[in-house]
Amino acid sequence: MKNLTFVVNEKEHTLEINPDEMLSDVLRYRLGLTGTKVSCGEAECGACTVLVDGDPILSCNYPAVKARGKHITTIEGLSEGEELHPLQEAFIKHGAVQCGFCTPGQIVTAAALLNEKPDPTDEDIEYALNDTLCRCGTYPMIINAIHAAADKINQGKLIEYPSFDFGGGHDVVGQVVPRPEAKEKVTGEAIYTDDISFPDMLYGATLRAGVPHGRVKTLDISKARELPGVQAVLTAEDIPGRLNHGLIIQDWPALVGVGQKVRYVGDAIAIVAADTQDIARQALDLIEVDIEPLPAVTDPVDAYKEDAPLVHESGNLLKHIKVNKGDIQKGFQEAEVVFEDTFYTPTYEHAFMEPECSIARVLEDGKVEVYVGSQIPYSDRDQVAEALGVPYHKVRVKGPLVGGGFGGKEDIVGQIHAALLANATGKPVKILYDRHESLLVHPKRHATQITVKLGLKKDGTLTAAQTELYGDTGAYASLGAKVMGRATTHSTGPYVVPNVKIDCYAMYTNNPPAGAFRGFGAFQAAFAIENMMDRVAEALDIDPIELRRKNALREGSITNTGQVLHDSVGLVECIDKTAQAVMKITAGEDPFLSRAVPGEPNKRRAWGFSVTFKNTGLGEGAPDNASAEIEILVDGRVETRISSAEIGQGLVTVLQQITAEELKLPLEQVNIYLSDTDLTPDGGPTTGSRQTYISGNAAKFAAITLRNKILSTLSEKYNLPPDEIILDKGLVHVNGRKLTFAEVRSLMKEEGHEPKLLYEYKSPETTPLGEPGDKHFAYSFAAQAVEVEVDLVTGEVRVVRAVGTTDVGKAINPLGLQGQTEGGLIMGIGHALTEEFIVEDGQVFTDYLSRYRMPSIHHVPDEIQVMIVEDPTSDGPYGGKGVGEISTMPVPPAIVNAIYNACGVRMNRIPVDQDWLAGEIAKEGR
Amino acid sequence: MNHFQEYLQPKSIEEALNDLSSATGSVAVIAGGTDLLLELRQGRHPAIERLVDVSGIDSLRDVRVEGDHIYLGAGVTHKEIISNPLLGEHARCVVEGCGLIGGPQVRNVATIGGNVAHALPAGDGTISLLALDTEVQLATAEGTSWEPLIEIFRGPGEVNFDRKKVLIAGFRFRTKDEKEGSAFQRVMRPQGVAIAILNMAAWLKIGPDGEIERTRISCGPAGPKPFRAYQTEKFLAGKKWDDGVYQQAAEILGGEVSLRTSAHRATKEYRHKLLPVLLQKVIEKAIHRANL
Ligand SMILES: Cc1cc2nc3c(=O)[nH]c(=O)nc-3n(C[C@H](O)[C@H](O)[C@H](O)COP(=O)(O)OP(=O)(O)OC[C@H]3O[C@@H](n4cnc5c(N)ncnc54)[C@H](O)[C@@H]3O)c2cc1C
Ligand code: FES
Ligand code: FES
Repeated sequence: MKNLTFVVNEKEHTLEINPDEMLSDVLRYRLGLTGTKVSCGEAECGACTVLVDGDPILSCNYPAVKARGKHITTIEGLSEGEELHPLQEAFIKHGAVQCGFCTPGQIVTAAALLNEKPDPTDEDIEYALNDTLCRCGTYPMIINAIHAAADKINQGKLIEYPSFDFGGGHDVVGQVVPRPEAKEKVTGEAIYTDDISFPDMLYGATLRAGVPHGRVKTLDISKARELPGVQAVLTAEDIPGRLNHGLIIQDWPALVGVGQKVRYVGDAIAIVAADTQDIARQALDLIEVDIEPLPAVTDPVDAYKEDAPLVHESGNLLKHIKVNKGDIQKGFQEAEVVFEDTFYTPTYEHAFMEPECSIARVLEDGKVEVYVGSQIPYSDRDQVAEALGVPYHKVRVKGPLVGGGFGGKEDIVGQIHAALLANATGKPVKILYDRHESLLVHPKRHATQITVKLGLKKDGTLTAAQTELYGDTGAYASLGAKVMGRATTHSTGPYVVPNVKIDCYAMYTNNPPAGAFRGFGAFQAAFAIENMMDRVAEALDIDPIELRRKNALREGSITNTGQVLHDSVGLVECIDKTAQAVMKITAGEDPFLSRAVPGEPNKRRAWGFSVTFKNTGLGEGAPDNASAEIEILVDGRVETRISSAEIGQGLVTVLQQITAEELKLPLEQVNIYLSDTDLTPDGGPTTGSRQTYISGNAAKFAAITLRNKILSTLSEKYNLPPDEIILDKGLVHVNGRKLTFAEVRSLMKEEGHEPKLLYEYKSPETTPLGEPGDKHFAYSFAAQAVEVEVDLVTGEVRVVRAVGTTDVGKAINPLGLQGQTEGGLIMGIGHALTEEFIVEDGQVFTDYLSRYRMPSIHHVPDEIQVMIVEDPTSDGPYGGKGVGEISTMPVPPAIVNAIYNACGVRMNRIPVDQDWLAGEIAKEGR
Repeated sequence: MNHFQEYLQPKSIEEALNDLSSATGSVAVIAGGTDLLLELRQGRHPAIERLVDVSGIDSLRDVRVEGDHIYLGAGVTHKEIISNPLLGEHARCVVEGCGLIGGPQVRNVATIGGNVAHALPAGDGTISLLALDTEVQLATAEGTSWEPLIEIFRGPGEVNFDRKKVLIAGFRFRTKDEKEGSAFQRVMRPQGVAIAILNMAAWLKIGPDGEIERTRISCGPAGPKPFRAYQTEKFLAGKKWDDGVYQQAAEILGGEVSLRTSAHRATKEYRHKLLPVLLQKVIEKAIHRANL
C-alpha cells in the first residue's frame, strides 16, 4: 500500500493504493469518476484516455502511483458546471455520439488536440485520434464535431445542427434532433453496467475450458474455496434449475459438470465470487480440473461429413434450410450462360466497445435483480429464472446503457452466473469480462462457404440461381438457424429469379458459437452474390450497374421465397441515385475502368458497385410484437415504456420523436424508459433492424390511443366534439382554455380514466419458409459504390470514396440515420480490410484487441456521400423500415469488385490479404 | 492481478541502479510500460516482483547538442521526439519512425529507451536510430560507457547486457551536415498487431557530383536482431542513384537480409517484395532532403 496524493479535476485526493493498481481503476472505482471507460484494458482503444498535466494518456495501462503530484483531467472535468465544453456541445449536435462508450475518450483526446492545435486540419484530427477507436464508426461525425468546436472556440461561431436533404415532413418526426441521452454521454454521467456498484458487492470470475472439445473427468474446487476472500465457488451441480440456456434451442450449459462435455474453449466450468476481482481470479488458478480431450471438428464442411466427431449427440447439423422456386433444371436449360463459384467469409467479432458486465443481487423479497446491458431483457429474465428454477416474476432484468451490441449482446454470457453467485452468497455480485474473455466467449458472426451458380440469358436476364451454403454456428445453436436462414433467403440477391434452389447447412463445430451480428447472415450472402454478379457482368460484357438494374426487385416482383412485393421497393431508385452521383464524380467516365494515380506510378484506382436488401423484423412466421406503455406523469411529462434496448442505434430518439409527434409535445416533455422487465412491457429483441418499425409502431399506436383517450375524456367533460380539442406545443386547447398535460392527467383521474395505457402492437403476419405468404413485412434496399486505390506492388488497399443510397422508407431520425449509415459503412470497410477473427483448431488466435483490428479514423474514406430514398412501407411508422444492418452489407463486395476493376484480381474471400493480393497482381503481370 | 509487488520511482540513475541491484527477487526496468506492462498483464511475461520506473529521472529526458553530436536521453518519449526541433533537424528518420508509434496517448508515455531495450528486430525507434549510426550509453554502478547501438542486441527481445545491472541512459549520433538527409518508412498489415511487416531507415550524404557519398541503411524484421545492411551501404557508396543502381542495390539488399514467414503477418516472399519498395522510398526521400 502506498499513499497517493494527486489532483483530479481541480480537486486534491489522497488515497491508499496498491502498486499495481491502474489509474483507470482508481478513478472509476475509488473516486467514482466512471466517465472514464475501460474497453480493452490493453492500451489499444483510447476509451480510457485522461489528461495528465494536460497530456492524453491511457489510464488503463498507467500505474496510478505515477500520478502522484500530477493534475488529472477526466471527462467529468471538461464541462464547467452546467456549461458544456464546446466539444461536448458539438458532439451532441453533430451526432458524434452513438452508443457513447468511446465518447469520453474521444472528447478528452480531442480536447488535448485543440489545446495544442486550436484549428486542426482533417489530417491533424486523423493523426490525433488514430488510436481512439469507435466501433459505432462515428468518425466522420466526430471530425465534423471537432471542427465545429474549434470554430466556436476560435471565432465564437455558434454550433449548428447539420442539415440533410432527407427526412422532414412532420413536426418532430423527420427532423434533426439530438439524442436525449447524448448529454449524459458527453459529460461522462452516462451509466453503463460496470459503472454501478453496491455496498458489499462481490466480484465474479469464470473458469473456462481452454480446450475446444473434451469431457470433464474430475473437478476439485476445494482449494479455491479455502482461499481467504472467496465467498462462493459453484459448479454445474449447484444450478438449481435448468442447466442449459439458449435463445431458441437450449443446448448451452451454463456450467459444464463432471462427466459432461465442453464444446468450445470458452465453455464455463466453475464460477467464483470473492471480495475482490484479484482474489476471484486467483481462486480460478486453484481449481483443479481434468478434461479428457476429444477430437474436435472446426470446419462446417467437415462437420457435415459422415465420420465427423459429434459436437452434440443429436448430430452436427443444426438445420438444413431449403428454398425452392420454379423448376431449377428448366431454369438452367433456359440459360444461355451459366456461372459458378464459391465464396468464403470468415468469423467476425462484434468488438462492441463495452465488454460484457452483469450484476445480480437478491432483494429482500427474494427477487433476483440483474443489471445487464442486453439486447433482449425479457429473454435474459426468462433464462435466468429457468436456471435458478424460479418463476419468471422472481427475476427482474434492468438494462443500463449499452456500449454497443451489433447482435453480440443477445445471448446469455454472465447473467446466469452472476445470479447464481448472488443467490449463493446473498450479496450483490458483479461479473465484468475483460476484453480477452469477451473475445473468447460470446457468439460471433458465422463463417460461411457459399457456392453460387447462376444461369442467365445473354442479355443478362437471370433464369436460374442455385446456391449452397455452409455456416459455422460453432458449439451452440444461439440464433444460428435464423442467421443461416437469412443467409439462405438473401443468397440470390435482391433480384427477380424465376427458378431457385437453395440448400443451406447450419453446422455445429467446436469453434466459439456464432449468432446474431449486424447483417445477420444476409451480410455473408451479399458478399457471395454481389461478387458473382460482377463476374457475370464482365463475362457478358454488360455494365455491372445495368445488370443489377435489369434484374432488380421492383414493386410487384416475386422474391425467391414466393413473396409478392407490394410496396416500398426502392432498389432501382437507389441504384440510379448512386450511379448518378458516381458519374458526377468521374465526370461521365466509366467508373469501373482502372485509372492511374497522378504522381503514384504504382497505384491504380477504380470504382466497384454492389446492391443489397435486408428484411426488417424477425419474419418467417415468428410472431413479431412489441408492447408499449404510455403514461402522463404527475409533472406533465409523458413517458413511453418499452423493454427494447438502446444499443447506440438511436431508438430512444425515435421513440421520443414519435411520442412527441403524436401528442404534439416538445421533445423535453417526453421521457422514454427502456429495458426493465418489471416496469416496461416486452418490446422483443433488439435484432433484425426491427426496433424502429416494431417498437416505433407500438409507441406510435400507444400515443395515438392516449391521444384518443384524452380527447374522449375532455370531449365528454366539456361536451365538445373531439375535433374541437387541439393538442399543440405541449398544451391541450379546449374551449379557449389551455390545459397543461399535468392538468389533463388530473382531469382524467377525476373522470375515472387512468392517464396511462398499454398498447400491444402486432406486426403484419409472416409465414415460414415453404408456406405461401409473406416471409417478411418489409425490406430495406441499398446500392453502394466505392472507389479504392490499390498499390500494385505492396497490395495495400485504401477506400478513397464511398457513395451509397439506402431506401429506409422514411428517415424518421436523420441524424441517427446518418450515424448508422456511415457507421455501417465503416464497419463494412473493416470487414473487408482490417478484421478477421482467427480460430485455429478451435483455439482463438485473435484473443486480444491488438490482434483483432477494427477500423480506425484512418480508414474513413476521403469522401462519403450518404443518400437516402424514402419509399414508404404501408405498415411502418410514417412509412419507416429498418436501417441498422443494411449499411454494412454491400460494402465488402463493392470493395472487392473495385479492387478487381483496379488491378484485375478477383477475390473469393475477405478480408483482403494484401500479401496474397500483391502476389496475384504480380502473377497477372500488371 | 499481482503482476508485480513493488513499483519504485527513483529520481536518479544511481538510485535506479541501486534499486535494481538491491532487489532480492525478480526485477526489471520500466519506462512507459507500453510493452512491458502489457506483457505482464497479459501473462506473456512472468510476474516481476519489483519494477523500477525510470521515467521520473530528469537526466534521462535530455535532448541536447554535445559538440558534433546530438544526445538523446533514453527516457525521452516519442511525443517529445516528434515535437523537438533539434531532432526534426538532425534526426528526421527518428522523428518519422517514432511518430508512427501508437497514438498520442501511447507516444506521451512510451520512450525511445523502451523501444530499443525491448529489442524487437523491427522496433520503429530502434531501426531509425540505427541508420544514424547511433551509439548507446550504458550506465552501471561502475559508471557509463558508450557502445555502438547495433552491438547490444542478442536476439528477439534479448540484449547483451545484464538487465539487472545496466540501464540505457541515452543515445548519441552525429549532427546533420550539409548534404545529409535521412528517412524512415514502413509497411503495415491492416489486420493484426501494429508491428511493421517491414520497416526501413536510411541516412545518406550526397557527394560533390550528386552521388551518394555514404549511406547507412537499417531494416527489420530482417533477422533475429535489428539489421544494418552493410553490403548494400558499401555498394551504394560513391554511386549516383538511378534505376540501374536501384535494381542492383535492391538485389544486394535482398541477398543480405534474412526474411522469414511469420504466421498471420507476412510471408517471406511478400517481405522480399517490400524490400525494394522501401529501399526506393527511403533513399529517394533522404536524397531529396539532403539536397534541400
Ligand atoms: C497501441 C500501441 C501501439 C504501438 N505501436 C508501435 C509501433 O508502431 N512501433 C513500435 O516500434 N512499437 C510500438 N508499440 C510498442 C511500444 O510503445 C514501444 O516499443 C515503446 O517505445 C516502448 O517504450 P516504453 O517506454 O513504453 O517501454 P517499457 O514497456 O516501459 O519497456 C520496454 C522494455 O524496455 C526496458 N527498458 C525501458 N527503458 C529502459 C532503460 N532506460 N534501460 C534499460 N531498459 C529499459 C524494459 O525493461 C522493458 O524490457 C506500440 C505499443 C502500443 C501499446
Ligand atoms: S486503451 Fe485503455 S481501455 Fe482501451
Ligand atoms: S459511439 Fe463510439 S463506440 Fe459507440
